[in-house]
Amino acid sequence: MQTVQRRTLPLRLPRVRPGGLLPILAILAVLVVLVGIRQPDFLSPPSLMSFLGRSAPIILLAAGQYFVIVSGEFDLSVGSLVTAQVVVAARLIDGDPARTWPVVLLLLAFGAFVGLVNGLITTRLRVPSFITTLGMFLILVGAVYLWSDGAPKGGLSEEFRRFGRRAFEDVPLLGRVPYALLVLLALAVVAVLLMRSDFGRTLVAVGDNPRTAELSGVRVWRTRTIAFILSGLAAAFAAILLGGYSGVSFQAGAGLEFGAITAVVLGGVALGGGRGSVVGAMLGALTLELLFALMNFYGVSGALRSTVQGAIILLAVAVSATRSSSR
Amino acid sequence: MSDPPPTPLLTLRGIGKSFLGVRVLDGVDLDVAPGEVHAVVGENGAGKSTLMKIVSGGYAPDGGTVEFAGEPRTFRGPRDAQRAGVGIIHQEFNLLPERTVAENVYLGHEPVRRGLVDRREMLERTRRLLDSIGETALPADARVGQLGVAQQQVVEIAKALALDARLLIMDEPTAALADHEVELLYGLVRRLQERGIGLLYVSHRLKEVFDLSSRITVLKDGRRVTTVDTADTSADELVRHMVGRELSSYYPDRAAPEDRGPVRLNLRDVGNRKLRDVNLQLRAGEVLGIGGLQGSGRSALARAIFGVSPFTTGDVTLDDRPVRLRSPRTAMRAGIAYVTEDRKGEGIVGRQSVLDNALLASRAVFAARSGRAARTVRVRELLAAVEVRGAGDDQEIRFLSGGNQQKVVLARWLALNPRILLFDEPTRGIDVGAKSAIHDLVRRLARDGAAVLMISSDLPELLGMSDRIVVMRDGHVAGELPAGATEEEVVALAVGTTREMAQ
Repeated sequence: MQTVQRRTLPLRLPRVRPGGLLPILAILAVLVVLVGIRQPDFLSPPSLMSFLGRSAPIILLAAGQYFVIVSGEFDLSVGSLVTAQVVVAARLIDGDPARTWPVVLLLLAFGAFVGLVNGLITTRLRVPSFITTLGMFLILVGAVYLWSDGAPKGGLSEEFRRFGRRAFEDVPLLGRVPYALLVLLALAVVAVLLMRSDFGRTLVAVGDNPRTAELSGVRVWRTRTIAFILSGLAAAFAAILLGGYSGVSFQAGAGLEFGAITAVVLGGVALGGGRGSVVGAMLGALTLELLFALMNFYGVSGALRSTVQGAIILLAVAVSATRSSSR
Repeated sequence: MSDPPPTPLLTLRGIGKSFLGVRVLDGVDLDVAPGEVHAVVGENGAGKSTLMKIVSGGYAPDGGTVEFAGEPRTFRGPRDAQRAGVGIIHQEFNLLPERTVAENVYLGHEPVRRGLVDRREMLERTRRLLDSIGETALPADARVGQLGVAQQQVVEIAKALALDARLLIMDEPTAALADHEVELLYGLVRRLQERGIGLLYVSHRLKEVFDLSSRITVLKDGRRVTTVDTADTSADELVRHMVGRELSSYYPDRAAPEDRGPVRLNLRDVGNRKLRDVNLQLRAGEVLGIGGLQGSGRSALARAIFGVSPFTTGDVTLDDRPVRLRSPRTAMRAGIAYVTEDRKGEGIVGRQSVLDNALLASRAVFAARSGRAARTVRVRELLAAVEVRGAGDDQEIRFLSGGNQQKVVLARWLALNPRILLFDEPTRGIDVGAKSAIHDLVRRLARDGAAVLMISSDLPELLGMSDRIVVMRDGHVAGELPAGATEEEVVALAVGTTREMAQ
């Protein structure tokens, strides 16, 4: 046992723990430099602030997806959930400012409910979450089309849209601070605190080894169901911001689920659960958005986005798989 | 019957095998003649399974020679051994439930006509094969999933015979069978013998060994103790061969009679799928040892008490109050803790820190009881008290040694102040130093008034630690022994010697 103490020195030097933040911070830094070289304007405070505001929805979705993935499951339903939320909001508000707050609350309840259903089907009926949430994805797509007769109806009130498109103007130093960014920061703090709580630690333990957790008194089904609910809530917040920013369409949330999963994986969170931090997942989303911005500056076709996402998922998983098996 | 026939089918000489530097087989000799049933017996971990895997091509031996049908062989894998004529019937069957008997029997070598599977030929051959071993009642076109366990076993045997097996290894063939099905297996074994097939018969159950075999080889700690003619030996003599080693290690003092408190846990006629009519009392201040072979219901008992797979019949009282232990949570709330046998699979959360592992149960069940900071301080103190060495509290637990991992698991449970502790093989795979530390801890807990139930396959440990020993067999209590019992007595109860079976 004494020999171990001698080994603590090399152990302390590299903080590159699997699941740690160092890799994603390094990638982010490289991208910032590349962007700065190509488009120095982009790094000026006002443009950077709007970029962060624009990225808020996907970062929130990544945080929501993180809860589910770190507990050992998947949530593929968030993209179509965002679409459904935006379309529902437009029809219910129908331009009436007085309905803004009730509809916001309704959207949050709707998101939580979808998460609850996903969670209960996965944990109690033992349907693999990949299938459960794929089914939910299709159900929501069909339901929204049916409910709106094939074309979005109504419209969002200006009060609703301001969360996603307005900002505090003339802020010293920063220029303008989008409301979306403040919403994001507030929720990020909540997410970090949640992961430090008993619930958060238990959630990661469930993803790492559900058998041990169960035998230590954890209600594994309940923990995972809460993770799905958090993902649904994150989708509701993302929908509120997105609806305001880009308006109402059936494409509002298309592909966001894969964007969120890519971001989470990029942020060092292990698929299958048990490793990684929520901050890493959110930084992963930011990195992904920055990468797309960079591609844009270099004139790479936007059509390549999904190819890039797919490549990142495969690469990140392959890297972590070879690292863990070489041990 | 006493002299081995001149040309043995299988001859093993000096077989040795190590895993990760641990010697599991050492210089084992064994031979099987055509038409002979040669039984292999021994305690858990004596090396029986490893030896069978070497014969059937699953492992390559590190040393020694394998001769099959007169020529030296090195099997390159199970398929190679099968082609040479060695078949093995595992405890768990390898059958496709949705396929027919014939399809299973000829899986991978179906009779072919013009490039297509000749189903009629396959059915016909299967029928002939089944007829030849007297299983005329088994339809060759039945779906295997619809058959009973005994019939599935026949299909496994037919599968081996379809590959022209001349040596059949049966690993605990009766473990899954009901009593009347065992008789049918006896008949089948005898018909296989008549066909000149040699059988290696591995079993815990001495009754079968005596009923069927002509010779018996006893393994202990990876070595062959002896090979005897069945006709010349007795169950008691076999048991003596299976046990007996020096009691060298130190164990903490047992509880004095006055230290034993009232009955904490009382099980009356409890049972479930794996247990029947178990009656047991666990007292405060004592260490109750549970002996028995693997699969005898020892772990099932602990798991039932802890609510993992609860009792379905009988009554449980805890401190004289009736309780229903429906889940680990209810058991934990009642003051019960359970240290599992499978530390990696069920005991630790590998990629989380030592501290997170130690806090797991407190966080899950008693979240709101005390302040978080105070709780963390207490758990850190417990980690220090159980002497987890060579690791910070923030290190991932999977990098710790088995002994240190077990201490962290212990700290997790001690944080809940349990009044009843269930230990399932608490020192398996743990180095000697940590082992005696855990022994001391277990005893200290009992002295402080906890009721301890400890399952162990390690006989010296079981005898050295226990104030009483209950031995289990086939899901019920085979008997109880006082402190100071001998290894022979434990094993005799665990395997069920002939004398006792007459009752």
